[in-house]
Amino acid sequence: MAPPAFLDGNAAAGDLELAFGTDMTMASGRCAGCGEQMMLAQTHAYLGGPGTVLRCPVCGSVLLRLVRSPGQTWLDAGGLGHLRIPAPA
Amino acid sequence: MARAAVPRRLGDRLSWKTARLTDRREESSAARTLGFEVPGWPGHLAGQHVDVRLTAEDGYSTQRSYSVASAPDGERVELTVQRVDDGEVSPYLTDELAVGDVVEVRGPVGGWFVWRPEQTEPVYLLAGGSGLVPLMAMIRVRRTVGSRAPFRLLYSVRSPEHQFFESELRLDSSGLDRTYLYSRSTPAGWPRPAGRFTAADLAAAGWPPDFEPTCYVCGSTGFVERAAGLLVAVGHHPNRIRTERFG
Repeated sequence: MAPPAFLDGNAAAGDLELAFGTDMTMASGRCAGCGEQMMLAQTHAYLGGPGTVLRCPVCGSVLLRLVRSPGQTWLDAGGLGHLRIPAPA
Repeated sequence: MARAAVPRRLGDRLSWKTARLTDRREESSAARTLGFEVPGWPGHLAGQHVDVRLTAEDGYSTQRSYSVASAPDGERVELTVQRVDDGEVSPYLTDELAVGDVVEVRGPVGGWFVWRPEQTEPVYLLAGGSGLVPLMAMIRVRRTVGSRAPFRLLYSVRSPEHQFFESELRLDSSGLDRTYLYSRSTPAGWPRPAGRFTAADLAAAGWPPDFEPTCYVCGSTGFVERAAGLLVAVGHHPNRIRTERFG
């Protein structure tokens, strides 16, 4: 079976911005698994499931999961050691 | 007062807006450029994309991301869509959506895979198939603003019939070097035989790494993996390589 297809973190820009209120593709984070530092735009985005999953492009760890329903948003960013978000332009 | 203006602006950009199809033109046998009028469109940067949402009468709804093809032009937004034969959304957009019909769009979104007019460094654009679309927006904005930033384009496409924007690119001669590579079949008399691009193709079409170009790579996952890998292998710094994969 082929591995599920991923896109770049940019592809998740709309849903991330809706949750955070600012463009998150230019936010940088550190993978809690391997320590790699990256822009969220550089992560691998898996959008085919019921939510959005971002994985580390180096080690494949899950960095962030975002699931939205009409009434609420669930965010699990436990795979990120930290997240640095630029102030909106 | 300024504090209140920011969330309002953000809210505007992220709300779903109505986009009415005003015109459609053929770019290749399987691709169409759709011109939409989007009241309240806030403008966009070259390389940004929009989320497009279609909702059926029974309430079923689905969304996809498409790169904006056009330079900013008021409330007009052009998307160039390649038909994916077993796709759920693209055949509807390329073949069924009629002039006057509406879809919903949200955006523009994304701040990473963009080219801004204030950038002056050399730019290397690498397009695989319909991955040319966001790069074409960069070429169009460069022309619109009269930028002198030197651009080079490597466009890898299956065959001449699949080629987009050919006549427009041919006009764009000042400061835009173009290299076309055909992977399956070439025009008659084309010097390079059809085949996948190589490290030598990539080096010949682009800038030496010590010119420190910003590289924008867009195409299928396979194309992007290969092109970005070759760029790093010939010495381009990973932080100057920006990628956009599509499905």
